[in-house]
Amino acid sequence: MALPLGKSKRILQCLKSKICVVGLGKNSFWSGWFHHGCPSSMAPLAPTCRNPDAVLVNAATQFATRRFESTKAEKHVDSLCDAEGNQLLDFPGGKVAFTSEMRFIPESPMERAHCYRVLDDNGQPNMSNFVQVSKEVAVKMYATMLTLQVMDTIFYEAQRQGRISFYVTSIGEEAINVASAAALSIDDVIFPQYREPGVLLWRGFTLQEFANQCFGNKADYGKGRQMPIHYGSNKHNYVTVSSTVATQIPQAVGAAYSLKMDGKDACTVTYFGDGGSSTGDFHAALNFAAVMEAPVIFICRNNGWAISTPVSDQFRSDGVVVRGRGYGVRSIRVDGNDALAMYTAVHAARKMAITEHRPILIEALTYRAGHHSTSDDSSKYRPVSEIELWRMARDPVSRLRRWIESNDWWSGEAESELRSNVRKEVLDAIQVAERVEKPPIAEIFTDVYDAPPSNLCEQEKLLRETIRRYPQDYPPDVPAL
Amino acid sequence: MAATGTMRRSFGSLAFSISKRAFSTSPSPVDANGLKSMNLFSAINHALQIALESDPRAYVFGEDVSFGGVFRCTTGLADRFGKGRVFNTPLCEQGIVGFGIGLAAMGNRAIAEIQFADYIYPAFDQIVNEAAKFRYRSGNQFNCGGLTIRAPYGAVGHGGHYHSQSPESFFCHVPGIKVVIPRSPKQAKGLLLSCIRDPNPIVFFEPKWLYRLAVEEVPEHDYMLPLSEAEVIRQGTDITLVGWGAQLAVMEQACIDAEKEGISCELIDLRTLLPWDKETVEASVRKTGRLLVSHEAPVTGGFGAEISASMVERCFLRLEAPVARVCGLDTPFPLVFEPFYMPTKNKILDAIKSTVNY
Repeated sequence: MALPLGKSKRILQCLKSKICVVGLGKNSFWSGWFHHGCPSSMAPLAPTCRNPDAVLVNAATQFATRRFESTKAEKHVDSLCDAEGNQLLDFPGGKVAFTSEMRFIPESPMERAHCYRVLDDNGQPNMSNFVQVSKEVAVKMYATMLTLQVMDTIFYEAQRQGRISFYVTSIGEEAINVASAAALSIDDVIFPQYREPGVLLWRGFTLQEFANQCFGNKADYGKGRQMPIHYGSNKHNYVTVSSTVATQIPQAVGAAYSLKMDGKDACTVTYFGDGGSSTGDFHAALNFAAVMEAPVIFICRNNGWAISTPVSDQFRSDGVVVRGRGYGVRSIRVDGNDALAMYTAVHAARKMAITEHRPILIEALTYRAGHHSTSDDSSKYRPVSEIELWRMARDPVSRLRRWIESNDWWSGEAESELRSNVRKEVLDAIQVAERVEKPPIAEIFTDVYDAPPSNLCEQEKLLRETIRRYPQDYPPDVPAL
Repeated sequence: MAATGTMRRSFGSLAFSISKRAFSTSPSPVDANGLKSMNLFSAINHALQIALESDPRAYVFGEDVSFGGVFRCTTGLADRFGKGRVFNTPLCEQGIVGFGIGLAAMGNRAIAEIQFADYIYPAFDQIVNEAAKFRYRSGNQFNCGGLTIRAPYGAVGHGGHYHSQSPESFFCHVPGIKVVIPRSPKQAKGLLLSCIRDPNPIVFFEPKWLYRLAVEEVPEHDYMLPLSEAEVIRQGTDITLVGWGAQLAVMEQACIDAEKEGISCELIDLRTLLPWDKETVEASVRKTGRLLVSHEAPVTGGFGAEISASMVERCFLRLEAPVARVCGLDTPFPLVFEPFYMPTKNKILDAIKSTVNY
């Protein structure tokens, strides 16, 4: 369907069709991976899309900075369509230009949204306009990522040995965890899913504190009530994990609204996976965030898998980043295994969120190199060779190490020293946590409400009597005091 | 929701009057005692005003809240307190409650409105899995106690399946939240203020039938009524009746009729269904030896079952008769059949008599 080029250009712009994003023209690093998960039915667009990509993107960037106060769509249309004196249709929600050409917006873009990346596979920066982190920050990021990796390995083993009941690793996602945390301030409130212990680690949660929660002992801040890895720490501004997927996302929006109304120099940050982006709560949250103009950063860890469900069974959009526009939310796709790209993107997102009172969506592409949890064996649904490839050749920790080594900020000695120190510390923490007794049974009944109501007092009394009569029914490491 | 059509209930000496403001003689009736004649939605509106006035970190939000709400409970609030604190949300109950939990987690008083209790279910996950467990699962490091969810519930004469439901029993099964239901304007204002200020997430069901029809002298000042305390609103010796919300007016009529036949009824408004005041009900059942519970919600699995089981546990030997439940049918709430579905005064009266004559 050929159209006069000038008019089609304007109509294309006016309809805000999400056709093209600026392309550097070459295949991205990720293209091979995407073929694995994606359907082959991504049909190219009709030839009328001749509009140079760069024009649309630059226009988008320009008007994005102009749209400081409002997210109403019609401002864009007014400024681009008035000149010719074309009639605009006035409907609730704003003016739209009309077209006599019936044209469906394609279900998929001609080219997938590009993925922002700084470090190449060898840890070398490919462009210079990223946030230059100091040696201190870079080394701390690396050390934290490595600590996370070692901690995960050992805790996983502890579960296999029956010492803890359950564990979830973050193997392959260390850069998302740590680099995002590094770009935030301690005042930014975190609403995690359950694969973000690296954020807590960055903020200073100790290995002992992690171990205590996994063992549910009396030093666990959660008082032994939840399964392992359901960490939470108010002093670190990290809201307690719950197993339910994506429920935290709209909560992060409400909390962000609070920060805005209180005039705080802070935002909220919430994490979820590709699976989480399919939920109703995701939809609710992004829509609310845009309407309420809430300073919240949505970080989607698109790691390709929701337990055994590959992304091709999860959605048919171009991943998660394209959904942002559907809600009026500014978005970016980032290489989640690139610590510097993550850092830079989150740093920028935070600034926009707080100063512009807007939500930002970051889709961090990565790979879940470990199993979903200790209850999962992912070799049952994906090739071991694929897992190995990501674990070895595309490890985000190694990539960052190459960068800091190339700056002479790190060495082989520092590496072995850190590894053995962390290993020892984790093992010690586990040994200590294992021996600490569990919280007393009184903690069954506290915190249901701010104060226990009479029915709970009654039940506690009855329970204590039962325990006295049948101590053998009850675990000996839970004090019945 | 205009209360046109047949008035199937008449309201007697229950503290408020269901007529067109019969005893107000002046245009703005405020008497020297600081009381003002108000209907239920005005009383709710008053409570919200006081809540917003007394705490700068209180927020009221939900669908259509900004223009005043479909039941006018939020009239004038956006104008007075600004669109930052009183605002519309998109049409999404799970979003409303999720957002409210986040607001409350930051120490604010988040007063969320669900337009009809019939539409609360998309938010059920957020209420049950999140709000109710927020404090407990975090070891009390976090809480969303500032959350109050208000929703109109109950029969309205023509509401059918989706504008008449009484879903309270679903929520009474969830440790960690509270469930509160007022019977009148004066009760509503005081209970709502208590709910808003209580440090626990609360679901507050407002009997929509009474929004315009119930008129009462309501104190203008800031006052709170206690939660988890039932109220004996009519003394009696032969049988204890327990109910909540709009149903109490029906029950009261039954009590009046029963009295004419020499049966003395004690009527208790539970007010808070979770955690509920077993002690007051038990004391009454020990006195009368008979118990009848009445609610609009379907009888099977309704909250009457919990009250019955608890009282049988505590007062078995004292009971003279089985516990009676006069409730809605086990059907979706029907439209033209509403009069047949409802637990009417005469159904209650019959049950009183058969319990007493057991």
